[in-house]
Amino acid sequence: MSYQTTIEQTVFRFDDLKTLLAKASPERSGDQLAGLAAEGPVERLAAQMTLADLPLKAFLGEELIPAEDDEVSRLILKQHDPAAFALISTLTVGELREWLLRPETTQRQLEAVTWGLTPEMVAAVSKIMRLQDMITVSAKRQVVTRFRNTIGLAGRLSTRNQPNHPTDDSRGILASAIDGLLMGSGDAVIGVNPATDSTQDYIRIVSLLDELREKLAIPTQTCCLGHVTTAIEAMERRAPVDLVFQSVAGSEKANRGFGVDLALLREAHEAGRSLKRGLPGASIMYFETGQGAALSSDAHFGVDQQTMEARAYAVAREFDPLLVNTVVGFIGPEYLFNGKQIIRAGIEDHFCGKLLGLPMGVDVCYTNHADADQEDMDTLLTLLCAANVNFVITVPGADDIMLNYQSLSHHDAIYCRETLKRPPAPEFETWLAEIGLTDQDGRLRGAPAALSHYVQDSLQIGA
Amino acid sequence: MGRMIDARKATQTAPSEHEPVLDLRAMTNARVALGRHGSGQPTRAQLSFQLDHARAREAVWRSVDTQALGERLNRAGLSVIKVESRAADRSIYVRRPDLGRLLTQQSADCLHKAAADSTYDIAIVVADGLSSSAVDLNAVPLIEALVPKLASLGLAIAPVVLANQARVALGDPVGEALGVRLTILMVGERPGLSAADSLGVYLTYDPKSGTPDSARNCISNIREGGMAIGEAADLITGLIRDMIQTRVSGVALKAATKQLSAAE
Repeated sequence: MSYQTTIEQTVFRFDDLKTLLAKASPERSGDQLAGLAAEGPVERLAAQMTLADLPLKAFLGEELIPAEDDEVSRLILKQHDPAAFALISTLTVGELREWLLRPETTQRQLEAVTWGLTPEMVAAVSKIMRLQDMITVSAKRQVVTRFRNTIGLAGRLSTRNQPNHPTDDSRGILASAIDGLLMGSGDAVIGVNPATDSTQDYIRIVSLLDELREKLAIPTQTCCLGHVTTAIEAMERRAPVDLVFQSVAGSEKANRGFGVDLALLREAHEAGRSLKRGLPGASIMYFETGQGAALSSDAHFGVDQQTMEARAYAVAREFDPLLVNTVVGFIGPEYLFNGKQIIRAGIEDHFCGKLLGLPMGVDVCYTNHADADQEDMDTLLTLLCAANVNFVITVPGADDIMLNYQSLSHHDAIYCRETLKRPPAPEFETWLAEIGLTDQDGRLRGAPAALSHYVQDSLQIGA
Repeated sequence: MGRMIDARKATQTAPSEHEPVLDLRAMTNARVALGRHGSGQPTRAQLSFQLDHARAREAVWRSVDTQALGERLNRAGLSVIKVESRAADRSIYVRRPDLGRLLTQQSADCLHKAAADSTYDIAIVVADGLSSSAVDLNAVPLIEALVPKLASLGLAIAPVVLANQARVALGDPVGEALGVRLTILMVGERPGLSAADSLGVYLTYDPKSGTPDSARNCISNIREGGMAIGEAADLITGLIRDMIQTRVSGVALKAATKQLSAAE
């Protein structure tokens, strides 16, 4: 079906829904690379105006990627709950924006429509929302998850402590993890991206992190971000696996590019749950996503990158995850060219994820070939705190020496706690005080003996 | 390596008295134990980080000096051919990876001409990629280490191709135009803060346009402080020997090599 609008006698026509969505997307290099972007700001506005008048029901009648070819499309159909949709079924995209913004629309209403909204509807409405609109709505949407602590409570901010090392050296990983703990980082997870993909190294890394957590009695969870197949093998060998990680994307073909499908994710989810390492009913999955992932594996089917990203959230929400984050600036300038595009994408991803019911975090980050710097990250972090983001990722001095990109520094987490008043998960907050890292006002003080001694002992590791 | 020393110096700024510095720095090159003033990093550490970022940006945006590179290779007794991708400048290059994988018509003609009079087995392609410093520092020493080893395998080496605004897959049309069995493509890797000069090497058997990345073997992080030139040259030679024997490269190489040695 085609769509059109007239602005001052000029007729703008859009061949189908995916073209309309792509042309309505705020400017980004990935859509330009894919040849999907609007030709200029006026055509973009024409598309946005057309989209604003589109009834939400139109999204149920027109497929972006045919369900017969794509299991993610089938999953989206399966997830859609008509009863939940009934609350908003008469609205257009533009009216959905207004409904979302109204103060009467609170957590309760937002929660009620979670499974009535499809990823495409959520992506569509985000395209006609400013940063401030998205922050206003996200801030109202609390998504709380639990493993050993409680993540996502309003007014709090958790952090993933990411102690990566270029060769997965045990001592290097520990030093980095402890550096983060000393600055109060790690309540979302202490999670390592392994440089290698061997099961043996995976087991060594989770064992190392588990020992650290256990000895210091930290109310948190640990993770090695290897492939799910490696995690399954490690679990079969009884490795201490808290969280099962996988990168996911918004089409079956893109997920195959990551070496996974829904059946494999189900298998991994079951295996992880059967270990019962967390609190009763704990969520055990950890997913990463990012705009451009589908395009980079030529698996976007002419759909814009932000809509493809929202479709990835359908995959994530199928598995009741503890943590989901977009690695927003990691993919590079061919998808998000500069700080402005990265900031917008970070706010969009968080907004779309939250509306779809995900415990959304963001890796506030950039690469050296993007036109961005740490000040852009300051801006995005501050906006995300206003939006009530569940967690961000921090590394020593903002420099990830394994993945060769810049994320946030552990220092930035202190800024959030002490200046923006975002304490960590309550259990972790108590632990920080009990172990002597923070004073009664939650301010960091010195390095307590327990942690210093752990470092001294850990010097033995690998020696 | 100057920047590593700068970073170390910066980390020695005294933290506030409540925070004894633990011996974390001996355990990793990550920017641990920086100290802090409230939520701020010490001034030296912050400026040092920005210096490293400036260097990395420079590695991305400065062009490789192909003139000097060509002269150094000529002095080593190697002839060179310069080619261009269809990405006209850096700004297009970083946004359009597709154009960085295609040769201009003129460059393709130039390679066809070179291939018309001789038969070659193997092409060495030096691609600027995302780090000019990686190419400036590491490409010539690696080529010098490789050439005698390749010659000892009895392989005829084409003139070294210096490729401007080039992605990894540009090695495919280059190899195709030269009619070689194998390409060795050296490329400046995306710079990190602690190392802006890492060279990556991609090996492709039977290169042609459209070769998937899974059909290549990669050796990464070749630089001072990373993988040594000599070690890289040995690894590359070993892989090439296997590729010549099995006629396969990429993820399938390991199995093919195993199968072949079992058959023998």
